[in-house]
Amino acid sequence: MQREVKFAGFGGQGILSAGKFLADGALEEGKEVAWVPSYGPEMRGGTAYCTIVIADHPIGSPVVNTPYDLVAMNRPSLEKFENTTKAGGFILVNSSLIPDRVTRTDVHEILVPCNDIAMKLKNNRAANMVALGAYVACSGVVSLETIIAHVPVTFARKPQFVEANIACIKEGAKIARQALEKVL
Amino acid sequence: MAKKLMKGNEAIGEAAIHAGAARYFAYPITPQTEVAEYLARRMPEVGGVFLQAESELGAANMIFGAASSGKRVFTSSSSPGVSLMSEALSYITSAELPCVFINVCRAGPGLGGILPSQGDYFQATRASGHGDFHLIVLAPSTVQEAVEHMMIAFDLSDKYRNPVMIFADGLIGQMMEPVDFDAIKPGTPADHSAWATTGAKGREKHVIKTLYLNPLDNEAHNRHLAAKYVEITKNEQKHEIYGGLGKPSLILTAFGTSARVCKTAVDVLNEEGIDIALFRPISIYPFPAKALDVLSRKQHVKQFLDVEMNNGQMIEDIRLYTRSAKPISFFGRQGGIVPSPEEIIDEIRKVMIVDKPKKKAAKK
Repeated sequence: MQREVKFAGFGGQGILSAGKFLADGALEEGKEVAWVPSYGPEMRGGTAYCTIVIADHPIGSPVVNTPYDLVAMNRPSLEKFENTTKAGGFILVNSSLIPDRVTRTDVHEILVPCNDIAMKLKNNRAANMVALGAYVACSGVVSLETIIAHVPVTFARKPQFVEANIACIKEGAKIARQALEKVL
Repeated sequence: MAKKLMKGNEAIGEAAIHAGAARYFAYPITPQTEVAEYLARRMPEVGGVFLQAESELGAANMIFGAASSGKRVFTSSSSPGVSLMSEALSYITSAELPCVFINVCRAGPGLGGILPSQGDYFQATRASGHGDFHLIVLAPSTVQEAVEHMMIAFDLSDKYRNPVMIFADGLIGQMMEPVDFDAIKPGTPADHSAWATTGAKGREKHVIKTLYLNPLDNEAHNRHLAAKYVEITKNEQKHEIYGGLGKPSLILTAFGTSARVCKTAVDVLNEEGIDIALFRPISIYPFPAKALDVLSRKQHVKQFLDVEMNNGQMIEDIRLYTRSAKPISFFGRQGGIVPSPEEIIDEIRKVMIVDKPKKKAAKK
């Protein structure tokens, strides 16, 4: 088994840290994992993306041009990467910021209004956590419990953020499951 | 401590501390600045030293000075920075001082770019500076292996009193992978009291120098160094052979990150029943010549395909140590691009020599 996901958005959306959460979860479950960031000459606030490779065997190439799934947090990311994912995978679209729909018919589109949900839960900066919860719920690549259990570890120095982030992860998962029932 | 997800650059920094080398002199440059960032926080916790120099020249010559004390010291940089360190590398090697240099290679020439490359293979293995000398060079292909190589590097540099270089690239530096420090035994620095300059009170003074104006003395010094490289070449060749279905006809040759990408290509084609394998040099100086020679003499091996993130540098060693006995072709990406497994597979299909059924001689 090997599965790859690309998290993409603009700098400041917590793209790299959402990916790190997923990678930590995979490691926690004893899987092999590689977290590969984009570190090109980008501006602060410019595009940011990372690829997470999760496998049950040692990972060969950590560089994957055609990931299985995509989490697109802003419009340019969807435009840029929609056609790079494999057939049969998920494309998770942050519908708060992306008015477009996925044009391909060989992938599963999951619409999640990540920013709206984060705002509703009074945790504006945690749209990435909503997306993470949503992605984990529809892909099942790691269990949601593992991800949630890891939140206090990551926020060990900022315990005041633990609960609010868990709420965002759970709500993302809930919305994604509802969306999933429609597409599958 | 169980397995932990770490950036390659941070893992390299932590590994040095495990090796007992809590002395680090460096100057920042992408894509290895996280080594310095990590150690700026970590060194005070272990009572170590991180001194940010005014330039790579400064950092490398601080290593020259600090290594003279016999303590474990190291620095890290990336391609343009390593070029600036080349003068000091020549002096340090002549002075026979143990220390470790890390090159997190980026695309050149000139300032080039900040993305991963293997364009410094020639520099690392042949011309790290002026004069007749060699570094020992190890080329890790995963973050865990980079950690293991750091431990080996300090031991080798102690053993031979010669600088050791870790040849990584921007991908290994920047990506995160699980690392297991439990499996790593703490390093044991060697006793260098016989030559180290630690203050001559109560003993004869030790002199560390690289100037030999008498040509006979200098020739003797060069011969002494040359004898050391013979020993190193005899003892320290490391390689891995990966994949294959018993009698591989095509051998991929690649090191570091490109070797890792090749592994995926080997897996995919082996799955299809196509018998190919990978030869991965782990030490690139000394080059694993013996193993490649043996492999190249196998009858089932019909050809080699060398894959690098440069315009073809290690391929010269492949030609040399296979005596060019079999056809060798090359596939490379430059400029900071890591080749994809798909394009390597395409290249293999393109160049693979397939035994065609013999045409019947009979004509009308």
